[in-house]
Amino acid sequence: MNEEKKMAILSASDLRKYYGEFCALDGVSFKINEGEFVSIIGPNGAGKTTLINVLTGLLTPNTGKVFYKDREITGIGPEKLSKLGVARSFQLVNIFPNFTVLEFLMVAIVSRLGKGTNFYSSLLRNQEVTGEALEVAKLFGLEEKKNVLAKNLPQGDKKLLDVASAFALQPEVILLDEPTSGVSTSEKNKIMEILVSASKEIGIKSIIQVEHDMDIVFSFSDRIIAMHQGKILADATPQEIEKNEEVVCTVLGQKECFKIFSTLLKR
Amino acid sequence: MKTWQEITSLKNVKIWVLIIIGLFLLGIPLFASQFLNYLMLTFFAYAITVIGFNLLFGYTGLLSFGHALFMTVGAYTAAFLTGKFSVLYMEAILVVAVIISSILAALIGAICVRYIKIYFAMLTLAFGMLFYTFLLKFYYLTGGDEGMRVLRPYLLGFNLSEIPKMQYLTRSYYIYTFVILVILTFVMWKIVSSPFGLCLKAIRDNPEKAEYLGVSVKRYRWYAFIISGAYAAIGGALLAPAIGQVDPGLTYWTHSGTLVFMTLLGGFENFFGPLIGGIVYIFLQDKVMSLTTYWRFIFGAILAFLVIVAPGGIAGVVSSLVKKEKRDE
Repeated sequence: MNEEKKMAILSASDLRKYYGEFCALDGVSFKINEGEFVSIIGPNGAGKTTLINVLTGLLTPNTGKVFYKDREITGIGPEKLSKLGVARSFQLVNIFPNFTVLEFLMVAIVSRLGKGTNFYSSLLRNQEVTGEALEVAKLFGLEEKKNVLAKNLPQGDKKLLDVASAFALQPEVILLDEPTSGVSTSEKNKIMEILVSASKEIGIKSIIQVEHDMDIVFSFSDRIIAMHQGKILADATPQEIEKNEEVVCTVLGQKECFKIFSTLLKR
Repeated sequence: MKTWQEITSLKNVKIWVLIIIGLFLLGIPLFASQFLNYLMLTFFAYAITVIGFNLLFGYTGLLSFGHALFMTVGAYTAAFLTGKFSVLYMEAILVVAVIISSILAALIGAICVRYIKIYFAMLTLAFGMLFYTFLLKFYYLTGGDEGMRVLRPYLLGFNLSEIPKMQYLTRSYYIYTFVILVILTFVMWKIVSSPFGLCLKAIRDNPEKAEYLGVSVKRYRWYAFIISGAYAAIGGALLAPAIGQVDPGLTYWTHSGTLVFMTLLGGFENFFGPLIGGIVYIFLQDKVMSLTTYWRFIFGAILAFLVIVAPGGIAGVVSSLVKKEKRDE
């Protein structure tokens, strides 16, 4: 399909964000199209998480605008954004520690169905809410742990639950901030496969992730946005990024640079 | 037909225990002294207040240090209506108290819920003290530090002015207040078990995550503030005829501190914790006050002990003992 004809679902134009003198985002512009899995990569301090925070309305940029479809959503705030159809998960595990897995997922479902102001009906007798929560738990392989408190789950499951709750909102776009950080290498691929299959099942149109693990980035992404010192250095397909020596070495550092070129040499 | 296993299931056992406790409380006037009945009556009024207070504190994570304001609104509503407007119907007093307190809570809450932690606590304390000053200084209206008398209200339309005062309070009024406590406890149980209750707990545990899941954090905190304000007003309106005289001391910050103390003593993490705290506080205060004039010193020590050793309060201690027992089995 011609790239120009694809519909942009999320776009940013000339975003700048300063923390005092430090410029975390320096004129960032891009478009995310429907159906894309986009990874944002870059060394620590490149501005990736700031970008996610600006895109999801947690931070207001000093200049620039963010659009969801045709609507401007700059600094709109997380609650309104989630209602529009944009959800996110966090780099550090961000959970309700004293909630069971099912209760955790029910928060998202109750909110999406607009039942939060239901003061009097029993939550546990609400088949629609409990049924949907169970469905999401199944999608993420958490149904056997549905009554376990979130704080007692293993790290990988906590991460999954955080992501699952964002999926339970049935968003059109989801932003995942390092969905596999703090998870063992063996679990990373499993988590990513669950994420991709769940997004198809739920009907999520685009996924944007910040990720450090290059195996995952290159295996799952349709497009990669490489950032360095608050700027976009490259915005291209994984194949194109792989060939760009300068960008790869600048963005990924010597270790990854060596790893990628070794892989290329082997081929 | 239900099997024995169903009848003795944990949920049913809990319900039976509650029914037995309820019947016991209802039957107290049959065998206990009038003074004990009177203390229980005071407890019922405070119980309604703290159960509402805990929706804000235990379930939403907002510690108010000015909640006695709403209790005072309820109490002064009773005084105004019975004394100045000759409205003696208790049901009318309760309705007016709920309306006035809800409006006031909506206004104060709209400002306070924008803040959390110490800032929320200080703001609520400030509003409480503002109201205290208002009651004290507008003495033409409020009677100043002398307060106002509360006349004996009709119950369910019945004029019970012929009955001796203590008999009225410890029989008719006792049952009336107890029934309202039971109804309001049931309503609160429904609220905390509802989708709204789940959202409040989510806000308490992690407001940032709750917001990302589409929960309107400030709006829900505001609703909780209004509901708890209305509960406190009902508690205050029911307390007023029992004490017979209301004064600005009801809204002084130490009285708000008493509500916090009761809730901490019983355990804010347990639905029934504040009720346990309320009854223990009232009886303990009576006992300690009869022993020493330094009762505040003793209560201060108890509070310090609670915070350090048993932050979960009495209900927390009992709950951990039950869990330990189960583990040992």
